[in-house]
Amino acid sequence: MNTNDDRPFEDSIRPDDLPGEGTVPPEDVRKDEAVPGVLPGTLPVEPGEPVLGDESGRGEGVGEAKEVEGLSQGQIVWRRFVRHKGAMAGLGVLLAIALFSFSAMGIGPIRGWWQYSDNALATHPMINNGAPTITLPTWLGGTAATLSFGDHPFGQDNIGTDNFAAVMKGVQTSLLVMLVLGLTALIVGVVVGALSGYYRGKLDTGLMRVTDLVITLPVIVLGAVLGKLLSAAPDKFGWSIETRIAVDAAMPLLLGILLGLVLWPSLARLVRAEFLGLREREFVDSARVAGASDWRIITKHILPNAVGVIIVNTTLLMSSAVVLETALSFLGFGISAPNVSLGNLISINQGAFQTRPWLFWWPGLFIILIALSVNFIGDGLRDAFDPRTKRIPSKREMDKALARIQSESATAEVGAR
Amino acid sequence: MLRFLLRRFFLALGTLLVLSVLVYFMVDLALDPLADLRQSTSPNKADLVARRVALLKLDEPWWVRYFDWLGGFVRGDLGMAWRTQQTVASQLQGAVTTSISLVLSATVLALMLGIMIGIVSALRQYTGFDYSITLVSFVLYSLPVFWVAVLLKQFMAIGMNDFLDNPTLNVPVTTVISAVFGLFWAGALGGSPRRKILVFAAATLITGGTWAFIVFSGWLDAPRLGFFGVGIIGFAFAVIITMAFAGLNNKRALYSALTTAAVGLGVYYGLQWLWFYVPADFWQIVLLLVSAIAVAMLIGWLWGGPDRGVSMRGAVIVALIIAVMTFVDRVLQVYPEYYNSSMIRGRPIATIGAQTPNLNADFWMANLDRFTHLLLPTVALVLISFAGYTRYQRGSMLEVLSQEYIRTARAKGLSERVVIVRHALRNALMPLASIIPVDLVAVIGGAVITETIFGWSGMGKLFIDSMQNSEIDPVMAYVMITGALAMTANLLADLLYAVLDPRIRVNA
Repeated sequence: MNTNDDRPFEDSIRPDDLPGEGTVPPEDVRKDEAVPGVLPGTLPVEPGEPVLGDESGRGEGVGEAKEVEGLSQGQIVWRRFVRHKGAMAGLGVLLAIALFSFSAMGIGPIRGWWQYSDNALATHPMINNGAPTITLPTWLGGTAATLSFGDHPFGQDNIGTDNFAAVMKGVQTSLLVMLVLGLTALIVGVVVGALSGYYRGKLDTGLMRVTDLVITLPVIVLGAVLGKLLSAAPDKFGWSIETRIAVDAAMPLLLGILLGLVLWPSLARLVRAEFLGLREREFVDSARVAGASDWRIITKHILPNAVGVIIVNTTLLMSSAVVLETALSFLGFGISAPNVSLGNLISINQGAFQTRPWLFWWPGLFIILIALSVNFIGDGLRDAFDPRTKRIPSKREMDKALARIQSESATAEVGAR
Repeated sequence: MLRFLLRRFFLALGTLLVLSVLVYFMVDLALDPLADLRQSTSPNKADLVARRVALLKLDEPWWVRYFDWLGGFVRGDLGMAWRTQQTVASQLQGAVTTSISLVLSATVLALMLGIMIGIVSALRQYTGFDYSITLVSFVLYSLPVFWVAVLLKQFMAIGMNDFLDNPTLNVPVTTVISAVFGLFWAGALGGSPRRKILVFAAATLITGGTWAFIVFSGWLDAPRLGFFGVGIIGFAFAVIITMAFAGLNNKRALYSALTTAAVGLGVYYGLQWLWFYVPADFWQIVLLLVSAIAVAMLIGWLWGGPDRGVSMRGAVIVALIIAVMTFVDRVLQVYPEYYNSSMIRGRPIATIGAQTPNLNADFWMANLDRFTHLLLPTVALVLISFAGYTRYQRGSMLEVLSQEYIRTARAKGLSERVVIVRHALRNALMPLASIIPVDLVAVIGGAVITETIFGWSGMGKLFIDSMQNSEIDPVMAYVMITGALAMTANLLADLLYAVLDPRIRVNA
C-alpha cells in the first residue's frame, strides 16, 4: 500500500470551534467512504465470490487496520504525522531556520560562525551602497558560479550595520519568544481548562468569567500594556544597573511569559470542552470506583486523552504568537534595544524602505516563513491526531486500483473456467 | 426574552466594571508619566516633578486615582489627556466613526469574500482549486498585518499612483494575472476537462481583454460606468442571482429580477437629474436606498406565484446591486475633478490620514476622497481576516454536506443547486454567527496597527499615542469602548443564533 498522503492540509476547523453542544464533528462523505481499493457502488459483488473488501477494506487484520496492527496510539499518530508532506516541509524549514540562525550568531556568549555582530553600533564600510551582496548561482538566475554570501548578504542600513546579523538575531528572539509564550499559554490554559472542566460548578463559572474578561480586549491591546510595563519598569522603579542588565538579557523570556498570560483563553476553552466530555466516560468512573484521587484521574486518565487537542492548539497558538510579538515590537511595545527582533527591525528602518527595500524584505520574509511553517506543523498534527483522517488516494490511484482489481477478477474467472 | 436580555446586560456591565479595575491597575503600573522629567537637566527639575505628581495625584495609591476616574466616567466625564490638555471627549470625536468605518468595511468585505470562496472551496474538495485556496489562505493567515500595511503603503500606493498617472499595459504581468483569473474560474466552476479548458480560455481572454480596453481607451482618466455599464451589470446579476437562488426554471423569480433591473436602469437618468438639482446628502441616499428596496419587494410580490418570498428576495438583491452601482457611477463622475484638484495633484491613492484636509468637496467628492483613503487600510485588514473566514466557512460547509439530511435531499432527487443553496448553505452559515464577534475583536486589534501605519486619527492610534504619552484617561476610554463593542457584538451574535437556530432557546 502506498503510504504517501495526497492531502497536504486538513480543514482548519475543529469540532470544538463550532458552537452548541453535541455538534457533529466535521466529516465528509468521501473521506469515510473512500476506503482504498473499495469503490462503493461501483463493483458488482456476486454472491459466493470472495468479498473484495477483505483485501483492503474494513475489519480486523486487513487494510487500514493491518497497517496499524500492534502499534501504540503514539506510534500511529507519529506515523501519520511523518507522512504529512506539508507538516514535514514546515518542520524542515523551521529546523533549518533555527539551526542557521543559532549557528550563525551563536547562543548567548558563544559566538557563531558569522563574522559580524548584531550590535547596532558596529558599523562597517559601505559595500555597494549597502545593497545585499548575496548572489545566486547562475542556474538559479544569478551571476556567480555558486551561492555566495559576500560581506553583507542581506545588505546594510544607512549607517552601515550588517543586516544579516540583525535578522539572524531577530529570528532567534522570535523563536525564543514563540517557545516561551507557547509554554506559558500551555500551562495556564491546561490548568484553567482542566480545573473548570473537571470540577464544573462554581469554580468553572468563576474561571470562565476570567477567560471572558481576557478575550474581551484585542490581544494586541493587552500585549501593548504588558510590553509597556516591561520597558517602563526599570526607570519607573529605579532598578539598579545589575537588575537592568539582567532584565535586558531576559527580555525575550519575560515578554514571552507576559504574552502567554494573554493568549491562554482559547486553549483553556478547548481543554475545558474536552474535559467536560471525557469526565463522563466509563473509564473515569471505573478509576474513581477504584479509589483514584482527583489528581490521578486528571493527570493519568483524562489528560492523555485530551493531549491531541492540546498539542494541536498550542502549535497554532505559537504561529499567531510570532505575528503578535513582531507586531508589538513594531509598535514599540515589545522587544526594544539592545535586543533585536524582526518587528523591531522593520519598525526602525521604516523610513528607509524606498531607498533600502532589503531592510524590509528580509525580516518580513523570515516572519512569514516561521509563521507559515508552524501553521503547517499544526495542521499536520491535527491530521495526525484526528482518528477520522483517512488517506484519500488520488483519482489516478483509484482508477489504477479499480483497473487492477477488474483485471484480476477477469483472469480469476478465466482461470476458473 | 426580556429576562435574558436584562441578565446579559447586567452581566456585561459587571464584566466591564471588573475589566476597568484590572486594566486601570495594569495601565497605571505600566505607564511612567515622569519618564521625560527624569532625563531632564533643567534646574527646577524637582519643582517640575512635584507639580506633575500633584497634577496626576501620583502620591496617592492607584485605587484612589481609579475611583476618581470611575466617578468621572459614570457621570459622563471621560477625563483629560493631561499632556495635550485636550478632553478625551474631544479626542474621541471623529475617532470613533473613523475606526468603525474602517473595521466595518473590512469585516463586511472579508466576510462576503471569505464565505463565497470558502463555500466554493468546500464544493470542490480535494481538487487543485481547493488545495490552491487552502495554500493561499494559509499564507495570508501567516502574514503579519503591519508588514502588509507597510508593504501597501511604501510600495503599492506609489506604484498605483504612478500607473494612474501614466497608464500603460504591462504585457507579462497582465498575462500572468489573466491566467490566474482563468485558473480560478476554471477551478471554481469545475466540470469535465473540456469544460475547464473552455472556461479557462474564456476567463483569461475576458480578463486580459477588459484590462487592455480599460488601459487603452483612456477609461482610467475619466472612469465611470454609465447607463450601459450599470445596465450590463444589473441584468447580468439579475440572471446570476436567479440562477443561484431560484433556478432559471422559476420564471416568476427570473422576471421579477429582470423587471427590477429594468426599473433600476429606468430611473438612472432621473437620478442624475435629481442629483443635479438637489445636492445629495447622507439621509437622501438612505431614503433612496430604502425606497429601492421597497420597490423591489413590490415587484417581487406582484409577480407573485406560489413562492413569493424567493422572487422578492432576488429582486431586493438585484435592487441593492443596481443602487450601489448607480452610486458608484455618480461618485466616479467627479473623479477627473478630484484627480486634478490642487490638494490631490494627480496622486489619488492616499497613504496618510482618513481624508484630505482642506479639500473643498461636495458630497460626492467627499465620498470619493473617503474611498481612496479607505482603500489600502481596508485591503490590509481584509487580506488577513478573509483567510480565517475562508477556512472556517469551508470547514462548516463540509460538515453540513456530510450530514444525513443532505443525503436524503439528494436521494429524493432534488437538483444539486437546491441541495446546496436551500439545504446546506443556511445551516453552514449559522456557525459564523459565533465567530464574527471574536473576529471583530481581532479586527479592532488589527485596526490599531493599520491606523498607526496609515496615520488615521482613529481610536487605535489614539490608544497607541496615549500609551506612548503616558496618558491614562484616553487609554481607559479606548478600553471601555472596545470592551462595550465586543460585548454588544457577542450579545447580538447570541440573539442572532437564537433566531436562526430553533434548537436554541434564549430563555433557558
